[in-house]
Amino acid sequence: MSILVFAESSEGKFKKVALEVTSYGKKLAEQMQTNLVVVTAFVEDTTPLAKYGAGKILIGNSDGLKTSDAMVYADFLVAAANQENADVVIIDSSVNGVFVAPLVAAKLQAGYASNVVALPNSLSPFVVKRKAFSNKAFNNTEIKTATKVIGLAKNSFGLFENPTESSVETFSPDLPDGRVNRTSVETASGIVTIADADIIVSAGRGLKSGDNWGMVEDLVEVLGAAIACSKPVSDLGWRSHTEHVGQTGKQASSNLYIAIGISGAIQHLAGVNSSKVKVVINTDAEAPFFKSAEYGMIGDAFEIVPKLVDKLRTFKAENG
Amino acid sequence: MKVLVCISNVPDTTSKINFTENDTKFDTNGVQFVINPHDEYTLTRAMWFKEKQGASITVVTIGNQSSEATLRKALAIGADDAIRVNAEATDGYFVAQQLAEVVKNGGYELVLAGRESIDYNGGMVPGMLASILDYNFVNAVIGIEVIDSKVVVSREIDGGKEIMESSLPMVLGAQKGIVQETELRIPNMRGIMMARKKPLTVVEPVEAEEMTVAQNFEKPEAKSACKIVESVDELIDLLHNEAKVI
Ligand SMILES: Cc1cc2nc3c(=O)[nH]c(=O)nc-3n(C[C@H](O)[C@H](O)[C@H](O)COP(=O)(O)OP(=O)(O)OC[C@H]3O[C@@H](n4cnc5c(N)ncnc54)[C@H](O)[C@@H]3O)c2cc1C
Ligand SMILES: Nc1ncnc2c1ncn2[C@@H]1O[C@H](COP(=O)(O)O)[C@@H](O)[C@H]1O
Repeated sequence: MSILVFAESSEGKFKKVALEVTSYGKKLAEQMQTNLVVVTAFVEDTTPLAKYGAGKILIGNSDGLKTSDAMVYADFLVAAANQENADVVIIDSSVNGVFVAPLVAAKLQAGYASNVVALPNSLSPFVVKRKAFSNKAFNNTEIKTATKVIGLAKNSFGLFENPTESSVETFSPDLPDGRVNRTSVETASGIVTIADADIIVSAGRGLKSGDNWGMVEDLVEVLGAAIACSKPVSDLGWRSHTEHVGQTGKQASSNLYIAIGISGAIQHLAGVNSSKVKVVINTDAEAPFFKSAEYGMIGDAFEIVPKLVDKLRTFKAENG
Repeated sequence: MKVLVCISNVPDTTSKINFTENDTKFDTNGVQFVINPHDEYTLTRAMWFKEKQGASITVVTIGNQSSEATLRKALAIGADDAIRVNAEATDGYFVAQQLAEVVKNGGYELVLAGRESIDYNGGMVPGMLASILDYNFVNAVIGIEVIDSKVVVSREIDGGKEIMESSLPMVLGAQKGIVQETELRIPNMRGIMMARKKPLTVVEPVEAEEMTVAQNFEKPEAKSACKIVESVDELIDLLHNEAKVI
């Protein structure tokens, strides 16, 4: 019996989601009175995992892991689950997490619940609460199989420190060759991504043209935020579609989401509603976004945003 | 090339989400069902394979009779034929097993599915299907080219994209970006007339296990009213001292 968590890393460091799934795994292990095992690849310094409660850490170093084929990663996690006799496998909801989780579930013949937001409501039957209908509802789902796979929704559980003595082992199962090969990667360097951001600044058609984004970029910079936009903005080519958030775009689940000149259409809100605090800046007091936001300013973005940037610069200088 | 496009039949994006029978069933009263938006993108891309590369396009859904209207719409957009597996789509693994059967029987080499269905947001069917079939698999796909049996896809990742190469047979989970918004097709009269004559085959499901069961639904807690703020100073103060997010 054990709980197995996959801790994802990038460039030798753990992602925040890795620490969140570890925090969740630790609490679940306590609830189920069993041990937490965390499996990871390529990372040397595992102290962050021990800090969040990992009792046993497996560091994968099979050659096969140098692949971009999720099937191979699935085989790797399945090997770990089998070795550790895992009852529950927990995977984050990053782009890689949602890529590999269904493969692991199918290979383990395990029921899979994605977008899980909390610890199980009950263990027997095993019932978890998950997001459904694009954040408009939750569904309590029973997983009926002996082995279970949980996909934890991002920023839904939080980080809980739980310093633990941990044992570290290398783990090198035989893995097949990848059949999907990455030939190139394009990522903008030095930007905060929507997936990782604590703060997201997003703007919509209210900005009138693709030339007016300087003030939004300034706000992004002073807040250390990620930039995002509504769907029409990317359809019009004002911004890249990788910045589009909403039902058909990326999910925004940050601590703070600032919406500038966005009306708050149901499809937009569907993708941003799980952000903790929402601020709306809009000339139209009747814009639907005001119903979903915690704070609102009624007025012209072209006046408010530059002022906000100025005042935030002063605020940051004073508060570090 | 034989292409299979998996279509999930979902409530229109503007639907009011309500539940009945003690919050155990989705209330379909007054709800319009449509092709899942991600599947509409893949279907549009598939039409390109048909028109430029001579591919045949089959659409498939696992669903009850009411989902046939959505299949007819896919035929009107231009698919050659349709298959409905006559079962309630409840569990992702169950659906994937039904689709696997359809793929095996039809010998499809390229299976296109969407990143997720916008109702249950499972994001599980394409990957499970690829696992069951042992087909090559990429998800979050925003571009596809097929040259002979080589497949080149771009995949969205955090802050950018990556280009991957693989080969048929393959399952892809695709999303917005795979075609331009302006390329989406609205069925015209001729398409609708032709769709009536195209084959829509109903097959019975194979025996398959359901691994998860949706129990009941909850609505998010009602939110307190939005605080209207008059000045940026006040906003910064509230975000710092009250919400504690900056
Ligand atoms: C199938 C489907 C899927 C969709 N998926 C998504 C999705 O994932 N994400 C998404 O965003 N949309 C999505 N949409 C589109 C959605 O329905 C809306 O059309 C879109 O969100 C509107 O974008 P917007 O708020 O930027 O523009 P608008 O609705 O045009 O709103 C602009 C807002 O700016 C305000 N404004 C104007 N001038 C100023 C100013 N000077 N200062 C301040 N405010 C100003 C206006 O009052 C208005 O409220 C989808 C639609 C469909 C049909
Ligand atoms: N009932 C179904 N019938 C056919 N295809 C489906 C069905 N459910 C899901 N799919 C496909 O799988 C994708 C992801 O769905 P899901 O895993 O349910 O989020 C969808 O975009 C469809 O392409």
